[in-house]
Formats: sequence, structure tokens, C-alpha cells
Amino acid sequence: MLSTTSTIRVQTSDFDIAQELALIRTIASTNASIGAVASFIGLVRDVNDGSGVSSLTLEHYPKMTGKALAGIVREAESRWRILGSTVIHRVGELKPTDQIVLVLVASAHRGDAFAACEFIMDYLKTQAPFWKKEQTPNGLHWVDARDSDDAAMKRWQNI
Amino acid sequence: MLNILYFAHLRETLGLDKETMNMPHVATVDGLINELRARGGVWADQLSAGKRWRVAVNQDMAAADTPLKSGDEVAIFPPVTGG
Repeated sequence: MLSTTSTIRVQTSDFDIAQELALIRTIASTNASIGAVASFIGLVRDVNDGSGVSSLTLEHYPKMTGKALAGIVREAESRWRILGSTVIHRVGELKPTDQIVLVLVASAHRGDAFAACEFIMDYLKTQAPFWKKEQTPNGLHWVDARDSDDAAMKRWQNI
Repeated sequence: MLNILYFAHLRETLGLDKETMNMPHVATVDGLINELRARGGVWADQLSAGKRWRVAVNQDMAAADTPLKSGDEVAIFPPVTGG
């Protein structure tokens, strides 16, 4: 097991990628073997399945969310050489263009950082207990899960 | 005693966010789902095999044959849509 620093947060407030990156850089300051940090930010779109979205409410299962995210990060750590990671997911009401999710992965080389970042997102989309409800011109409705998200997660099962 | 939680679309459709049930004869997730379906109406409809739903036991994703014991927290919810 590598010595890693992982940060996992679920919050209503926004996040600042520069601040989160600076935290990862402080790990790098004591571990100069970090050569790559990959990042992913998910944003709220103003359209989904053809209808306009004016706002989005994210519900979650508080007791399970942290445990599920930690499990996903641990699984990524068992597959790639990760030296530091950050996962932040917002809940509550969000508007189009708002940030929803941040994943940062620090590693020695870009290959591990890119792969682990994508893996964490693919698993988060299918395994972490968050649900989106959209406000559209036709009223409120819960977002349906996508088969393409299941397929994206399953890609990793043969690796 | 099982502590059962419902989330998102299922919570709204079933009109319930949580309940406790005393079901000494229920041994697996599958058994619990069958008990809930037997309530009929919206329960039978929403938890039918054709509908998509997931179950977590003690905050871990579970399968139909996952065993249940007294004191377990069972959450039933639609497929997740975060990220």
C-alpha cells in the first residue's frame, strides 16, 4: 500500500479548483515523486434529453455517500500508483454552469493519473448514491440513469 | 428488525422515506423485496422486475442474494445519477 493522501467531501458550497490543486501541491512539496495531476470537473448543463433545465437539485444518502466514494478511491489506489487524490461532490440546488463534481489525482506519471481520474468518475456515476432532479418547462422530474454510464463503468472490469 | 430507507423517485412515489419492519422470516434482499411487493399497488408496480431499482445493505451496494439480519439498514433507491 502506497502512502497516499485522499480528500473526500460532500458539500452544498462551491469549490475552487486552484485551492484544491494547491492542497495537492503541498503533498508534492513533501513527495517530489509526483509528476502529474489529472483533473475532472463536472458542470450543470442547461439542457438534458432535449428539454431546458433551469435548475437541478442533488439528493444523496448521507450515511452511504462518503463510504461509497472512499471505496471507489481505494479501488483506484489498488489499480494505479496514486500519490494523492481529491473528490468533491456538491448536493442541494444548482444552476446551469455551476460546478457539480471535482476529481483530482496525483501520480508519478500522467498515465496513472488520467486512468485513475476517469475510473473514479465512471464508478462515481454508477455506484455513489446521488440523484438529480431537474426543473424544466414541463415541471420537476428525476433524471433517468443512462445505460452508457453502466457501460463506461464495466469497461474497467476486464482490466 | 430492519431499518428501511427510500430515496429520490422511489421515496416520492411510495410516499415514505423510512420505516422499520419486523420480519424474522426474511433472510435476503430478494425476500424483503417480495414482502414489499406483496403490499400491492404502487409497491408491486415500482418494485416489479421490469422497473430499475438498487438496494444497499449497511451502506454497501447489495445483490438479490445478499443476506439480511436484524438491525441491518436497507436502502432502496433508483439507479444513481450523480456526477
